[in-house]
Amino acid sequence: MRRQRTGDRLIHTNAQRAASGRYSAARLFREGLLGHRGWSRAWHKASPRPRYQVVIVGAGGQGLATAYYLATEFGIRDVAVIEKGPIGLGNVGRNTTIIRSNYFRPENVRFYDYSLQLWEGLERTLNFNAMVSQRGTLNLFHTESQRDLFTRRANGMRLLSVDALALDRKEVKTLVPLVDLDNGRYPVLGGFLQPRGGTVRHDAVAWGYARAASAAGVDIIEHCEVTGIRREGLVARGVETTRGFVAADRVCLAVAGHSSQLAAMAGFRLPIETHVLQAFVSEPVKPVLNVVLTYGAGHFYVSQSDKGGLVFGGGIDGYNSYGQRGTLPMAEDVAAAGLTLMPGLARLRVLRQWGGVMDMSMDGSPIISRTPLTGLIINCGWCYGGFKAIPAGGMTTAHLIARGDPHPLAAHLDLERFEAGRTVDERGLGPFPYAH
Amino acid sequence: MLRIECPWCGVRDETEFRYRGDASRSPPAATASLAEFCAQTYTRENPRGWHLEWWLHVGGCRKLLKVVRHTDTHEIHAVGHPHEALAVPMETRAP
Repeated sequence: MRRQRTGDRLIHTNAQRAASGRYSAARLFREGLLGHRGWSRAWHKASPRPRYQVVIVGAGGQGLATAYYLATEFGIRDVAVIEKGPIGLGNVGRNTTIIRSNYFRPENVRFYDYSLQLWEGLERTLNFNAMVSQRGTLNLFHTESQRDLFTRRANGMRLLSVDALALDRKEVKTLVPLVDLDNGRYPVLGGFLQPRGGTVRHDAVAWGYARAASAAGVDIIEHCEVTGIRREGLVARGVETTRGFVAADRVCLAVAGHSSQLAAMAGFRLPIETHVLQAFVSEPVKPVLNVVLTYGAGHFYVSQSDKGGLVFGGGIDGYNSYGQRGTLPMAEDVAAAGLTLMPGLARLRVLRQWGGVMDMSMDGSPIISRTPLTGLIINCGWCYGGFKAIPAGGMTTAHLIARGDPHPLAAHLDLERFEAGRTVDERGLGPFPYAH
Repeated sequence: MLRIECPWCGVRDETEFRYRGDASRSPPAATASLAEFCAQTYTRENPRGWHLEWWLHVGGCRKLLKVVRHTDTHEIHAVGHPHEALAVPMETRAP
């Protein structure tokens, strides 16, 4: 059987766009019998055209989701997503894959729970197996005051019809036998479970959105770095790139980690510092953990991937950094917290460790907003919580781009909130990003 | 691992210090506008390059230091007393 491969040398018009077809178990079975020769590229590798209605800078989770929802929900298909490297190698491929909506402030609960609802139907919508696994997220508490705080948080969630359960010590031990309940310094008093929380395979999120956006007519342009933002007075006209100028009616920046650089190109400053966050994965072991577990007496969270490795992380390294690598003191800190909680893991070896740079905003909450430039929209400041918010972030950013006014669920995430004195500070820490 | 040369204690590991943020900003005048106060409180230059910052030597002399550090390579260019005006190399500052 001779099939035409979709190679780079072929030039596609929109009509000839490489279509990967519908994925299904039946097709997988059929391809298995035919030697898997019938698969084509999941998304079309586009070259930049001189003009688009919307140009999105950054093909990470937020950028690709924004493009997908622009095309499918708002009918704007003349969209390009520009990425300096290959897609999915930034923070969408570097996180610890956790999804949840167990927040304290009501506007955050509503926003992140909308995201969780979109995750729940995502694979069907995208026709892509993102391995959404709602195994539950369990936050442990170790003091009476922590119990009060978590109870208040859980009650706040339940008032908004979001699932939250209180677990006592026995229930925690049943769910996670590895936890040392009777640590001398930080005994576990109980837990706060969100059964709908869980994990999603992060790479598949980037690939799934890219494939679905491409099929809907979006151009995904890799290896094209933005070097400047062209403006006329206070109006954005397009982006200068390493592959030439691309004009656009609307430009959206979704480049968490480097938002300050892009904002500087556009001539304004952001309430953001860039910090590095590390993550770790252990050697694969048999199933030992079937929830996402967070420690309450230190910064440590862990889940077990389907391959068996324990995926875990802690806090940011604590000082401004663009180095996509972590330093050892924080690695030691994370390991110490993990072993205090689960001493049985002491002989587990760490397989890999990596770092991602993130926008730490001044109140710990993201920014989805208009900017001082007309026609320039920014999606940034995700701190270390951007992954779980990909569907809602994409949908609300697409709403802002298409309609010109903010989505009701993200109206509180505007840039003006800092000057207006209505910061969304989940932990009440103030404008000190290294503490968030 | 950073090694910071404290002017009072000598070279020490980063674990003895706590980061205390951007030191390039100075408080606005009492007569400054609301917008200036807001910019001072919330916005940052956030350079990818040399950065003037505060570090507190909590595990040593408990004094505040000024440090010029590269935010990508983590190289430390200079460490000084809080009132010292440290020169920040300009060549590799963010655009």
